[in-house]
Amino acid sequence: MGLYALILWPLLGFAINGLLGSKLPKTVVGMIGTAAVLIPFVSAVSMWGAVQEGALVSRAFTFLQVGDLHIEFKLLLDRLSLVMALVITGIGTLIHLYSMAYMAEDAGFYKFFAYLNLFVFNMLILVLGANFMMLFFGWEGVGLCSYLLIGFWYHNPEFGYAARKAFVMNRIGDLGLLLGLFLVIQHFGSLDYQVVFSEVAKVSHPQWVYTSIAVLLFIGAMGKSAQIPLYTWLPDAMAGPTPVSALIHAATMVTAGVYLVVRSEALYALAPVARDLILYIGLATSLMAAFIGLKQNDIKKVLAYSTVSQLGLMFIALGCGAYSAAMFHLVTHAFFKALLFLGSGSVIHGMHHEQDIRRMGGLRKAMPLTYWTFLIGTLAISGFPFLSGFFSKDEILLHTFQHSPVVYALAVFSAGLTGIYMFRMFFLTFHGTYRNSHYPFEKVHESPALMTIPLAILAVLSVLGGLLNLPHYLTHNMAEGLAHWLAPLFVFGDASVHVEASTEWALLGVAVSVFAIAFFWMRHKYISQGAVAEEDADMPASGSVLAHKFYVDELYDSLFARPLQRLGEWMYRVLDRKGFVQGTDALGAITLWKARVAARLQSGNIELYLIIMVLAAALMLGLEMFA
Amino acid sequence: MNTVFQQVDISHYIYLSTVLFCIGLFGVLFRRNAIVLLMCIELMLNSVNLLLTAFSTYMGDSSGQLFVFFIMVVAAAEAAVGLAILVMIYRNTRSTTVNFLSNLKG
Repeated sequence: MGLYALILWPLLGFAINGLLGSKLPKTVVGMIGTAAVLIPFVSAVSMWGAVQEGALVSRAFTFLQVGDLHIEFKLLLDRLSLVMALVITGIGTLIHLYSMAYMAEDAGFYKFFAYLNLFVFNMLILVLGANFMMLFFGWEGVGLCSYLLIGFWYHNPEFGYAARKAFVMNRIGDLGLLLGLFLVIQHFGSLDYQVVFSEVAKVSHPQWVYTSIAVLLFIGAMGKSAQIPLYTWLPDAMAGPTPVSALIHAATMVTAGVYLVVRSEALYALAPVARDLILYIGLATSLMAAFIGLKQNDIKKVLAYSTVSQLGLMFIALGCGAYSAAMFHLVTHAFFKALLFLGSGSVIHGMHHEQDIRRMGGLRKAMPLTYWTFLIGTLAISGFPFLSGFFSKDEILLHTFQHSPVVYALAVFSAGLTGIYMFRMFFLTFHGTYRNSHYPFEKVHESPALMTIPLAILAVLSVLGGLLNLPHYLTHNMAEGLAHWLAPLFVFGDASVHVEASTEWALLGVAVSVFAIAFFWMRHKYISQGAVAEEDADMPASGSVLAHKFYVDELYDSLFARPLQRLGEWMYRVLDRKGFVQGTDALGAITLWKARVAARLQSGNIELYLIIMVLAAALMLGLEMFA
Repeated sequence: MNTVFQQVDISHYIYLSTVLFCIGLFGVLFRRNAIVLLMCIELMLNSVNLLLTAFSTYMGDSSGQLFVFFIMVVAAAEAAVGLAILVMIYRNTRSTTVNFLSNLKG
């Protein structure tokens, strides 16, 4: 029963808000929605001790029974899913609270909370499922909620288009995931994690089995976690309300791909080719997104590309086999990226739906609380020493250094770009002079307490998040807590770091100096010189390429979207109109003609009928006798 | 124990009833008068009856004769209904030929 409490509350919240929400007052709707996520959070915390003893399993009913394949609706709470569940429900609660204020004016208030609860339900199924089928169920469910919430303001056709884009790109990845699951069934005869991974641990299959399953599962992760080549939906997903971007497109759903790979550690340990693929895709994504982030002027788009870049960093860690490092970055990233998104939401709220950082500036005075929390988030993500992002990012960098110095150099470069675009955005938003002529500075206001309290809590978490997994050079007793916590789950084990202390200090020095360079360069450019990002018309060619996101959308458009559209038009014109429509028309005409011919026989002339009858009877008799 | 019927060869009964059936059949096919049609149908039925009784007697199995009774009952009913229809037709058209039936074509 215990585990069902985790998933049933959000479902209940969804049902109540979805069915009755339009008749309830907004505060009640918000309270129900928030409570439906808070209660699972509290029960997940209370299960901490029990999980330490061993995984909790509860089985509800048989989901599918086909031949020998037996799939159960079964929940599993082990150390990994507990971490995920805590992040989802903990950050989810804060974001629900925040949404009560952020969405207060919206007509679809109850619908918003219903969708959010449905999302939390599906996300919990995804991480708590005890087999791949449950994971797939949740995977599709969160995809649906993501679609519904991106297109929440569906009156704007652009937003509806963004929602469909997210849905379609996720389908491409899901196809890979599904094929991977089919291969798992074919070779291991089950989808249950325990059965599959103990079967994998025997290493009794040929190499290509592990590699192909691992690659196909990673294609699924590519779609959900926005990696090259399926990343373009995530920046467009910013069309959704900002709390959605914080919850779904930064903290939880997009990290499902990371969770999938960590969960399937046994498979990836046996598939070095797939790990290399993950490493290089992650690296390319991280760099490319960071470059694009340099020239984005929409406050949410910068954060979106930053999310893609940080997800790339997590996949770099996975590619190095450093699963706990990836999980560590996942958790800290959830803290500071949720904080940054909610902060940007606070800015957008205070500026009355202005998102362009060129129209902001000097907001520090008008919104002090947002300013300070946003500063903490920015410092955390760019790796200010001893904040959460510093520890998690350094651990990943350490693993890449061990893997290959070239990868390390590129990863450090990407980390430096993070600092540059984050501080560029930060300074343009909060420092300098106010630049919006359409909305007077006096009207810019700090957000209500319901929005700033979650910001404050997340800021504290962003500062202290590093405590989860402190490096061993700082402390001996508490070092690498998360890695030790997760270690019993891994079949083949986590990558460990073996570098000399001096090298480690040198790498730390590199990380700190990269941060310092980014910070002081941006400070010099945007504060001392007072530069402002160029208007689109004045942009030099190099910047224009970045501002247009390397023209990837245009490339996909001309490579896939347009040819498909043209194919569809051709099909419509030739196959449909000429083939099917005229073909069926012809069939109908033939039938009519045959009927007309046959109708002539029915003349009403009895003798003719009788003659035909007799002849037919004679024919049948003759056949019977002579044949 | 041969009865007088059994002394006649079965083939004669078969020829007789075939001839009767064909007379009835051709009458149905080529006559127009509805009364004659009905009579011809009756003739065909009775030729079958004759055949059934003949075989029944030869095989020493009485179920064939039972069939004959059934057929007679049904034929009587059919004649009654048919004649009733015929009377109605005659009242309406003053004729008993069957050509008019093509008027009922839908």
